[in-house]
Amino acid sequence: MRFIATRLLHSLFVLWAVVTLMFLMFRLMPGDPMAAYISEALSEESKQSIRAQFGLDRSLPEQYLFYLLNLVRGELGMSFFMKEPVWDIVMGALPNTLILTLSGLVIAYAFGVIAGAYLAWKRGSVTEGVVIPVVLATRAAPEFWVGMIMLALFAFHLGWFPSGGAASPGAMYDSEWGRIFSVDFLKHLALPVLTLALYLQGLPLLLMRSTMLDVLHEEYVNMARMKGLTTRRIVLNHAARNALLPVSTAFALSMGQLVGGNVVVEIVFSWPGLGRILVQAVSASDYPLAQGAFLLVAVALITMNLLADLLYALLDPRVSHERQN
Amino acid sequence: MNARTDPPGSALQKILRVTGRDPYALAGIAIYLIFGLTALFANVIASHDPLEILFLPDGRVAANQSPGGAFWLGTTNMGRDVFSQLVHGARSALMVGLSAALMVVIVGTLVGLFSGYFGGWVDSTLMRLGDIALSIPFLPFIIVLAAFLKPNVWNVVIGVAVLLWPNTGRIVRSQVLTLRERSYVEAAKVSGASHLSILFTHIAPNVLPISFLYGSIVVGWAIFTEASVSFLGFGPTDSVSWGFMLQDAFVSQALSRGAYYWFLPSGACIMLMVSAGFFISRGYEELLFPKLRD
Repeated sequence: MRFIATRLLHSLFVLWAVVTLMFLMFRLMPGDPMAAYISEALSEESKQSIRAQFGLDRSLPEQYLFYLLNLVRGELGMSFFMKEPVWDIVMGALPNTLILTLSGLVIAYAFGVIAGAYLAWKRGSVTEGVVIPVVLATRAAPEFWVGMIMLALFAFHLGWFPSGGAASPGAMYDSEWGRIFSVDFLKHLALPVLTLALYLQGLPLLLMRSTMLDVLHEEYVNMARMKGLTTRRIVLNHAARNALLPVSTAFALSMGQLVGGNVVVEIVFSWPGLGRILVQAVSASDYPLAQGAFLLVAVALITMNLLADLLYALLDPRVSHERQN
Repeated sequence: MNARTDPPGSALQKILRVTGRDPYALAGIAIYLIFGLTALFANVIASHDPLEILFLPDGRVAANQSPGGAFWLGTTNMGRDVFSQLVHGARSALMVGLSAALMVVIVGTLVGLFSGYFGGWVDSTLMRLGDIALSIPFLPFIIVLAAFLKPNVWNVVIGVAVLLWPNTGRIVRSQVLTLRERSYVEAAKVSGASHLSILFTHIAPNVLPISFLYGSIVVGWAIFTEASVSFLGFGPTDSVSWGFMLQDAFVSQALSRGAYYWFLPSGACIMLMVSAGFFISRGYEELLFPKLRD
């Protein structure tokens, strides 16, 4: 319990620090944040009233206080360009990002875990010498480049998949679930997910392989061997189960990083997610929207980091026990 | 005297020994060397000016030429030579990679040294700062930074340095923790050496090889990040980088025209460079990630 509380406090502290840093970045950077919003044609009085509306006529500490209070209330302001509440815009984009991220992760981890376990079992074979450099190369290939190849090949050349977006023009659905499970949506989802999964599978694969190799040297595996269990059973029941611990932590960590890290994949495939919103907002100097999108991405990252830590403690009692003493 | 000169030699020797023995380390270094030479002699190797609009003998703009003849890798839709862009791209890639790595090494090493040597509140403050840096979304932060600071290569360098120092800092710190207890450090203390002189003449030389090894991984990361930022359109427009080439190809319909010669090579170069970082970190695994004693 105490471990959870300390970790929670720590996360809150980090969140506060990131939020403050963001405030300073957006306020102290050169350039008037309102330059894009206030037209030169407006009278001095209307300019002032708009400034007052956004609280920009107050002192910096006052602005900071209002900013924190608004954040606590979930008030992110209005987008300069879309003239809609930032909250609505980012929440509208979040499901698309989450679906893309989760499907990519699940495919990557399912493949990575199995392939990693197999490679650990076949340690030292020729395949291992070829496969590992190839896996490292897939992690080194920029996702947007892989996405470009996929688009050129499967969308433009072969015409199997649409070349971008999340829906065909004119597509209408009764509900959000109806949209997500429509064939049209899944067709749009296929290439971005494949691109993401290809990039992500390397980490679980290598992690699974190296932890399994460690585990295979532990006492209880020797014990199992002495009990006369077959290699297959030892690998599956004993080694694989324990090797899953770091893999599941890595899953949670990747989830957090990807909500913001997906940016390039979303841009290549014009996927209407959070990362694309962020890029568009930054290009258009839409500060409230950029700030809101960045905040949501940071919250996702910090929450998943916390979750990964708690998960680790839960799955590996050695950790929580050690921390308590 | 002996004790003072021996440890730095041994750390370096360990690195040299692994280099000779491990194929990964060797491959990584070879890739870095090849790209390094390409960057150095870019002017000689490139067949054309990378940004010059080229013409065919009959006076037409040499746009969208397939590979072959005067244009080894073809030309862009604006009539620029892809091969020359690729060669010059190595130069900007290495510049970004090396400067980012150097900054990470400097900041990370200093933090690790102070944190590990002084301990107490210095240590907890610096490590807490590291936690915060690692909790900032990496690419979004650099995008926001690049947007505020106007397109410039240094945005990526600064961003990478600000966010990636904690990794190096932690490794150096754990090294310093053990070095601090060594007898020659004790001896220096007894003989009245100041904290700073102990840190920089006795301890720092021992951790520098590890810092630089860690820096070599950052090279790849910085190049990867620079490519992403340029691809998103927040990079400098006056110099040629691999990310810039990919963005150029992407927005100029190279995909629908199937102009693979335009966008395959630059992405492959990024992949090779980043792989080299991975190969090096894999080759030197035992030196980089020493298992901490229970």
